[in-house]
This record gives sequence, C-alpha cells and structure tokens, in this order.
Amino acid sequence: MSHLAIQHLKTLLRPEQLLLRSEQLAVYQSDGLTAFQQSPLAVAIPVTTDEVVALVRLCHQHHLPFVARGSGTSLSGGSLPVAGGIIIAMNRLNRILKIDPLNRIAVVESGVINAAVSIAAAPHGLYYAPDPSSQTICTIGGNVAFNSGGAHCLKYGMTANHVLGMKAVLATGEVVEWGGVSRESVGPDWCGLFTGNEGLFGIALEVTLQLLPKAECFHTVLAGYNSLEEAGDTVSAVIASGLLPGAMEIMDALALEAAVAAVHAEYPAGAEAVLIVELEGPREVVAEDRKRLDAIIAASKPIEARPARDAEERMAIWKGRKSAFSAVGRLSPDFIVQDGVVPRRKLGEALRRIGEMSRETGIRVANVFHAGDGNLHPLILFNGRVPGDLDRAEALAGRILKMCVEMGGSLTGEHGLGVEKRDFLPDMFREEEIDCMKRLKSAFDPLGIANPGKMFPGSEAPSLTQHGLHPLEKAGVISRE
Amino acid sequence: MNATFTPANTAELVEAVRSTPRLIAVGSGTKPRLSAVSAVKLSTAKLTGIVEYEPSEFTFTALAGTPLREIVETLAAQGQYLPFDPMLVAKGATLGGTVASGVSGPGRFRFGGLRDFILAVQFVDGAGRLLRMGGKVVKNAAGFDLPKFFVGSLGRFGILTEITFKVFPRHTSRLTLMLETVGPEIATQILTQAGTSRWELDALDWLPDTKNIAARLVGPTESLDALANEILNRFPGERLTTEVADEKWGALTEFEWAKNSKALDAKADSALLLKMPTTPVTSASLRGTLEEFGATVLVSGGGNVAFASFSSDAKVTAIDAKLKLLKVPCITLRGDAPLWLGARHDFQIAAAVKNALDAENRFPGLEEFD
Repeated sequence: MSHLAIQHLKTLLRPEQLLLRSEQLAVYQSDGLTAFQQSPLAVAIPVTTDEVVALVRLCHQHHLPFVARGSGTSLSGGSLPVAGGIIIAMNRLNRILKIDPLNRIAVVESGVINAAVSIAAAPHGLYYAPDPSSQTICTIGGNVAFNSGGAHCLKYGMTANHVLGMKAVLATGEVVEWGGVSRESVGPDWCGLFTGNEGLFGIALEVTLQLLPKAECFHTVLAGYNSLEEAGDTVSAVIASGLLPGAMEIMDALALEAAVAAVHAEYPAGAEAVLIVELEGPREVVAEDRKRLDAIIAASKPIEARPARDAEERMAIWKGRKSAFSAVGRLSPDFIVQDGVVPRRKLGEALRRIGEMSRETGIRVANVFHAGDGNLHPLILFNGRVPGDLDRAEALAGRILKMCVEMGGSLTGEHGLGVEKRDFLPDMFREEEIDCMKRLKSAFDPLGIANPGKMFPGSEAPSLTQHGLHPLEKAGVISRE
Repeated sequence: MNATFTPANTAELVEAVRSTPRLIAVGSGTKPRLSAVSAVKLSTAKLTGIVEYEPSEFTFTALAGTPLREIVETLAAQGQYLPFDPMLVAKGATLGGTVASGVSGPGRFRFGGLRDFILAVQFVDGAGRLLRMGGKVVKNAAGFDLPKFFVGSLGRFGILTEITFKVFPRHTSRLTLMLETVGPEIATQILTQAGTSRWELDALDWLPDTKNIAARLVGPTESLDALANEILNRFPGERLTTEVADEKWGALTEFEWAKNSKALDAKADSALLLKMPTTPVTSASLRGTLEEFGATVLVSGGGNVAFASFSSDAKVTAIDAKLKLLKVPCITLRGDAPLWLGARHDFQIAAAVKNALDAENRFPGLEEFD
C-alpha cells in the first residue's frame, strides 16, 4: 500500500516536491506540541491549489490518510502526522492574491503567514485582526483549521469572525466555494462551520479575510500588583465600568520572572502580578476612555502603573507578554501549556485552585492569561528526564481542564483539541453530542482520512517520545499564545 | 400539513419532533417566506425567557422563542446591547427566528453580524435528540462550530431551543449624521472611504430615499463632536437630534420603508422583501439595477447587504435572471416569490450535512418551499 501510494504521489509531483527520506521527514514529525512525534510516510509539497486538490483526491481514491500542515505551530498536536499517512505541506501556497482596500478584504492562499496579511494591508491603513502569538510564522490555513485566537478576542472575536469566504477541498475531493467579498451572506454559514474543523473536514485553499482600519490611537497601561487577586479585581472593575478594551492580559510572578530573564522586560519591583490593559480607537475616543481607565487603575492601588508613552514603549510591553511562554523554557526544561476557558468572574477562583493544585503536587505552574475573555494559559513545568515527571504534569493539566469545564467554561479557547485534549471531549459534551460531531465528520470525510486521530477520544494513540521547546521557539523565532 | 403546534416547554418540543414526520419551527412570523413550506408549524411562542444572564460575562442564554424586545430591554437595563443590532425588534421578532433567518441590522457594520456574536446553541436534531454545541463563554474552540452553521439555516437542519450570545457594553452616546449622496458615485465614495477611515463608525446605511447615507458615531459624549465635524468637512450633510435619529433608525430596522409593510402573510397579495449580500464597491450599481425593476432599497452594513422591497406584481423571473447574471445570491424574506433567487451553488456536502443532522428528513430541505 505505502509503496503504491508513493508511486502515485510521484506521478503528481516533481521529485523536489516529495520528501521521502527519513532525515527529510524528521522535520515534520512533530509540531508545537513537541511531546508527540510520528514520522509520516511522505511529505508532499504542492505549489498550486490544483495540486492540493489532486493530492486529496488521490488520498481519497487510495484511502490514504493526510494531514495538512502550515508552519507546524499547533500547540494541540493538530498537525502531528498520522502513521502511514502523508503530510500535505501548505507553505508554498503563500501568495496574497488580492488586497482590496475599498472593500476592506484580502484574498490569500492558505499558506500565507498571518502577519504577512497585515503587512500587505498596512499601506492602506488596514490590518488583519486575529493575532495569535505565533503570528509571525503561523499560516492562515492553520488559523482557519483551528479557529485561532489571540490577545484581542473579547472585542474582535476569533479567526472565524474574520473569514468572509473560502475555497476549500473537502476530504471527499469535492471543491467548494463559500461566501465571498461581502460581510453578509444568505443560507447557512458554511465558512463558520468549516473554520475550527481541526483539519477533519478538508483543506482550505484560498481564504477571503476581512480587514479592519488600523486604530488611530492606543493607550496601553502596565500595572503591577501585590497579588493576582488584585489584578483580577481590576479587570472586573474595568468590565463593570462599561469600557471595552482591545486587550486585557495578566502575568503571574513566575511568568514575570521568565520574561525578565528572556527579553529583559522590566516590571514593577515586587509585583506578584502584572496587568496589561489596552484601549484603542480614534484619538478623541481614547482620550476620554483613558480618563476612566486611569481612574479605575489608580483606585485599584497598584504598586506602580506605567502607561506606554510612545509606540516603542507599547511594543516593549507586548514583547514581554508575547515572549512569556517561550521564556518559561528558561525556568524549566519542559512545560505543558493549556488554554482552558473559565467564566471571567471565576478567574480568581480558578487561579486559586490552580495554585492549590500546584502546591499540593509540588509542580510549578506559571500563569499568563487573556483576562478579558477568561482564557487561562497555565504553564505546567516539569523535567522530562525525571521518570514520572511528565505523567504527573499531564495529570495536573487534566485536572485543570476538568476544572474549567466544571466552572462552566471550555476545554480550549484557541489551541483546539487536537491530539492533546481529545480524551477530555466527553467532559464537555455528552455522548450524543460527540456522536453528532462524528456524523458531521463523516459527512465531510466518509473514509476518515483527513487528520484522523484528532479531536475525538479513543483514537489510536500517536507515539510519545520527547519533550522540550519547539526548535523555532528555542531560537526565539516564535512564541506561544 | 399546515397545522400549528405550540409546545409549552422544551420536553414537549422534543416529543413533537419525535412524533411528527414533517415540521418546521416558526417564531413570530415577521419573515414569513422563510417558513412557507408544507409542514406542521411548530411555534416557539411559549418557549420564552432568558435562562441565564451574567452581565459581567458579556453573555446571556435565552429560549429560542424569546422576543428580541425582552432581550434588548433586559440588556439595556445593565448598560449592554446586542452589537449585531437586530431587526424587527418592535414587530416582535424572536431570537430563534432571527438566528435561523440570519438577519442583522445596521450596527453590524462596526463589530460584525449575528454570526459573530452567537456562542452556543441547544437544538433538536431530526432524530429528536436534544443537543448542545458551542460553549457558553466568550471564547471557545472546542468542537465543530454548529452554532454558526445554524445562522441562516432556516430551521432546515434542526430546531433551536436555546441560544447563547456574546454582548457588549453600550456606548455612552450616539450621534447620527445625514450625509448627502447626490448620485451613486458619491455614495460609493462615502461607503468605501468611511469604511477605511479612522472614525470607527457604528453604522453606515444608504437610505431607501436614495439621497442620504446615515452615519452613526458612538462613544464618549465629549469625543463625538470633533469626529462629526471632520466627517461633515469631508462629506456635506447635517447632524440629527437623538430623537430624530432614533426614529429614523427604528423605521429602517422595522422595515417601515418597505412597500405594504403591514402585510405579513406570504400568500396574501403582499409586497416582496428580499435580502442579498453586496459590497461597498458594487452596492450602488446593484441598487440601480434593483430600482430599475421598481424596488425600494436599503443598502445597510456599510454597503455589505441590500434589502429590496418590490410590489406584488414585480417581475420575479426577470429579477432572478438579472441577479444570476450579477452572481448575487438572494433570499426572499416576505412575499410570493421563490425562497432563493439569483446565484446558487449546489455542493454535495450540503446533502451530506443534512443527512448527518436530519437523516429522517423531518425538516424540509433548503430547496423545499411552497
């Protein structure tokens, strides 16, 4: 079978578009979730959408499993290869097909890097809003597959909220085109259903994205507090005031320590927690809103509050925040990051319980989170070389996920279920609901060849061999949300 | 087949689905064409009420039959609102009907339409299973996003029983400017330029009178004056008082400008009301085309959607052909015309998904209508 499949692949692609040697495949055997490794049968590197369609149809014809992969930054193992299956590497489909400033849209191939869209739109005063921390390297196709988030989701939503149209090849080989340039449509929202499918339905080929006018003015404040609770209370006060900040982020002491070590970020001395709040909009609006925000922060009695005085200071604040995850790598040889969501009013309780679990198990946990939308990011530190350490860390991660669901939240805010959290799906959905999702999966992929082994529990377990930072993370190229 | 059953609660609704071979949910009937199909009507009139509302979470959950009016009032009491700006609130539209029809109002310009604020649904599938999809928190990526799929799905894949939405804090002030359009070129200029400006307008609608574009600013009271001056320096126009502005927006969202707007019976000699997507660049020419067929048109959402009203003697076949030529898809909300007009794509996946959610074909298919 494998041999036959490779023969067919060779008829579709030029030799340089097909990787078969083990040292070539090694690069693809893991993604951002480095705990899992699996070598694919082959890696196909299409350069046109027609080639992707032909590849999927070939897979369909020969019942060959395939996993589409952009830059491999998934933190849930979403682009982990499947044994005996191929990787369809989408990076070469990286053309920005159109920037239409009058209609405020971009049409891009799905291998285009997230940040490249904003860079191309910038001359027109426009940008693409979703900003996962890996945005300098992750692809739009991967963002669509996982409905990626970022730091601005409360106000601007996730990837799905910015996808207006798409051309996609489904696992059946059918090519569909949904939506278009308009922000409105008639009939069911197919783009909405496809976005976040985790690669289980098919592969997005071209995506029409909504662009937004760049905010004219920002007001970014960093405030240090004596406790996480005080920082959390300030978030509640901001919400209660009726302000709608673009972002509200909190980092705890351990995460701060890491950011200081990694990017020499400077934080108020003795701060147990740091809160970042950012307002944005026309200068007249920000001028008024910042008076309210500054008053709220002053009343919250921080150790120190530092408003960014210029764009450079603003970037420095965000650099510290966005590098926090990879920075944690300096504190510990290995870590697991979760992205469960709790109702915002329960953030304090959730953090307290995570702290208790941490003390009880003796496992260090750093916290960086999107406070505006209740999206936690506990970083569970461990040493993969110590026997049993990984198991203990994973057990703690599982307890935290279950806690999120018990509190009325979600297993994942933006990373997706992938391989990592698939076994927890029954904690959030009843059997009948999971069956419904499986029927949907079968509608799109009756043969079960598109990214099998992901999202649903009880699937065949991929190999589990190694831990540590993603090589690109170690190099400081990417960071985690 | 056109009997109506009104379950008193969700359990009765589930039972009705299990025991009725063919049925379709109806709300208050403000967009009657959408459910004009040979099937038992299942009214959500008694499935009303807000189930959960936690203002600090920016979320609420309500039963599908809950009138939007009740929701709008409850949110307003806490200083919050539905940013997609629902239509037909005063006429009694329900939350479930609004989701199923996929209709958003002028305010969709700023933060997005209904699809951008729906978080979770509870629904009954064709086998009578009561299922929940999505999550009741403002951010969630677990499982397939069926809540979005139900937006605009016309009750043909399941019956919604409970829906969770994200809401936003309401701005302190609003100010509406009436910008003169003179002709289609100026209108296009306003629609395209205002969309990319620094102003962050809340709504931008080209009115049925064709002469004016209404631009709504929201934000702190002190900030609006300077923004309004800048806009009026760029485009000639005038400020409206809050009272006049609210009345105008209300008339737009209630379709009071539509022909024969009092008549709601699809089969009666009533006017047509069509909805179609468009773009800031093409909306002026689409509008011109529709007007040649005798339409009164509201271009809403900054030029992204057109609502067109025709008298009952409109040349539907010719309109359909023209929209096909322009590759514009269109749906009939009211009046005696085919449910779908204009461009249509027929993908095999639609039948497969229908089969996944309603293998029994208990709910009429999207292509079935009287």
